[in-house]
Amino acid sequence: MPGKTRLFFRRLGELGTQYYNAPYRAAIARAKRDEEDLFMLLVFAEMMGVPNPAAWSTLELQPLLMDRFHEWHTRMGMERSPLDHFRCC
Amino acid sequence: MSAIVLLLLGLGGMAAGYLLYSRFIATRIYKLDPNFRTPAHEYEDGVDFVPTNRFVLWGHHFTSVAGAAPIVGPAIAVIWGWLPAFLWVVLGTVFFAGVHDSGALWASVRNRAKSVGSLTGEVVGRRARTVFMIVIFLVLLMVNAVFGVVIAKLLINNPGAVVPVWGAIAVALVIGQLIYRRVIGLGVVSVVGVIALYSLIYIGPQVPVELPQQVMGLSANASWILLLFAYAAIASLLPVWVLLQPRDYINGLQLFVGLILLYGAVLIGNPQVVAPMINNDVPAGTPSLLPLLFVTIACGAISGFHGLVASGTSSKQLDKEPDARFVGYFGAVGEGALALAAIIAATAGFATLADWQAVYTAFGDGSLTAFVNGGANILAGGTGMDVGVAATLLTVMAALFAGTTMDTGLRLQRYIFQEWGEIYQQKWLTRPLPATLLAVASCLLLAFGAGGADGSGGLLIWPLFGTTNQLLAGLTLLVITIMLVKRGRPAIYTLAPLVFLLVMTLYALLIQLKSFYDKSDWFLLGLDLVVLVAALLVTLECAAALKRAFNAPPERI
Repeated sequence: MPGKTRLFFRRLGELGTQYYNAPYRAAIARAKRDEEDLFMLLVFAEMMGVPNPAAWSTLELQPLLMDRFHEWHTRMGMERSPLDHFRCC
Repeated sequence: MSAIVLLLLGLGGMAAGYLLYSRFIATRIYKLDPNFRTPAHEYEDGVDFVPTNRFVLWGHHFTSVAGAAPIVGPAIAVIWGWLPAFLWVVLGTVFFAGVHDSGALWASVRNRAKSVGSLTGEVVGRRARTVFMIVIFLVLLMVNAVFGVVIAKLLINNPGAVVPVWGAIAVALVIGQLIYRRVIGLGVVSVVGVIALYSLIYIGPQVPVELPQQVMGLSANASWILLLFAYAAIASLLPVWVLLQPRDYINGLQLFVGLILLYGAVLIGNPQVVAPMINNDVPAGTPSLLPLLFVTIACGAISGFHGLVASGTSSKQLDKEPDARFVGYFGAVGEGALALAAIIAATAGFATLADWQAVYTAFGDGSLTAFVNGGANILAGGTGMDVGVAATLLTVMAALFAGTTMDTGLRLQRYIFQEWGEIYQQKWLTRPLPATLLAVASCLLLAFGAGGADGSGGLLIWPLFGTTNQLLAGLTLLVITIMLVKRGRPAIYTLAPLVFLLVMTLYALLIQLKSFYDKSDWFLLGLDLVVLVAALLVTLECAAALKRAFNAPPERI
């Protein structure tokens, strides 16, 4: 295919994808966030006194999720970190 | 008369409206400014606020506002002859709908992309906002009830469409998974989806499905209505990407394919308009044209629902302010073109005047059935397609539009119930399932309450739906007018449509009140009274707010 035609089809594909996604961006982002919130709860479950059989593995994830921790607890309605030994603000 | 003349006059009129009148409105009245920083840029977050290509934005604005309503209304209204419906659709699109839709976009963009609901609260007053919520709820309630009734009727009239209508849902489910899991690209999926859908349409007439006449004492019509609401309830609870998103996408494709096919068939087949220009011989019991025409055709001429779409979602994605003209006004023109196609199908799709009169035997008859049958004849004449397949194609198109509106409508009604649950501290009501069940129950009550035990008379509430929709449009026009007055600009271009709408809706409500009273139809009389109270409240709010605005000195904004 000559370059121009290929470029045209690529642009068409991009616009089509936008058309498919644009109306539902917000709803899908929200659903994804809910899923991630649940994941956060699983990872930090032990710290809040919820027994977690996979604590050994999730412990390793905690430093990786540190960045998102503050955002998460504020979204859950807690202004300050709920954990005594796990401060972020 | 040839339908091509009607087509060219209509499209020509709307095109002139877009090229001339909308330019005037955009540059002189709204003064759309290419340098204004739109909310899409100001608050860009990659989720709600995203600057979007104007063609993409127009595409989904148009497909969200165009549905079954611009088909049903005109297909009922041609009972007065083709001229009144034609004029109201063309002039309404040019002077009412286009101004209203682009104005709603402009008003929202200038106010941090807020919805018309919250704008009403800010610009007009808190009381007006409460009225607004009630009007929205009534619109959703009526549209869900009517569309349930309409689809049931379609499925009974055309048993061949049952397989493709329900099969389309399966197609959408598969497409949704394929795209969500990124199995294949969108282009391939679209082609596969459209081929699958049209194969179903082709197969449909060979495997007609009819429900038994009586199931547990319910007529076939009533059973379909219950099945449809069961479906809509489930669909409205599913995550949007599972069903709603892919189905909206297919519907969008269908809309363009359908419009091209219909207009193409008219141009090739050159059908003759058999319906009278003005019908002097209307069936007994038909209400007078004035004012009922103006509430029978709401979508297609002016519809408040557009303001909700414009201000809620489109305004957050507008790249440049002048795009409001293309997205809003041209979106209205697209809807007008759909309404025009419905008028042509319902007036030129019959062989003789007697055939046409046999369909339009009473007010409310005809509607989608006339569109499907008439349109099928036109399609068959123009493209050589089998009439049965053509009828199935149009039935599927109309049923899918109406079905999508139903499950979106139920979802929105559920949100309103959930919000009421929070306001009034009813914890159970904030959960999705009870709120959905309550929404379904209210719609069923209306569908059966208005139409009797078999739900066949549900179309009686169509004009009431139109009235409520116009009230919504009136509130949006009020917000725009007040914003114009505050800026010291001419307000007549939005004020005149506003006054016209209010007068017509109030007049229509009173006429209908009398007719329901004469028929001793207490259920609809009660409903009419509720809408009448809302209409009076809207009128009073308008008068008060406008008085305040005109008395205040113009602000420097």
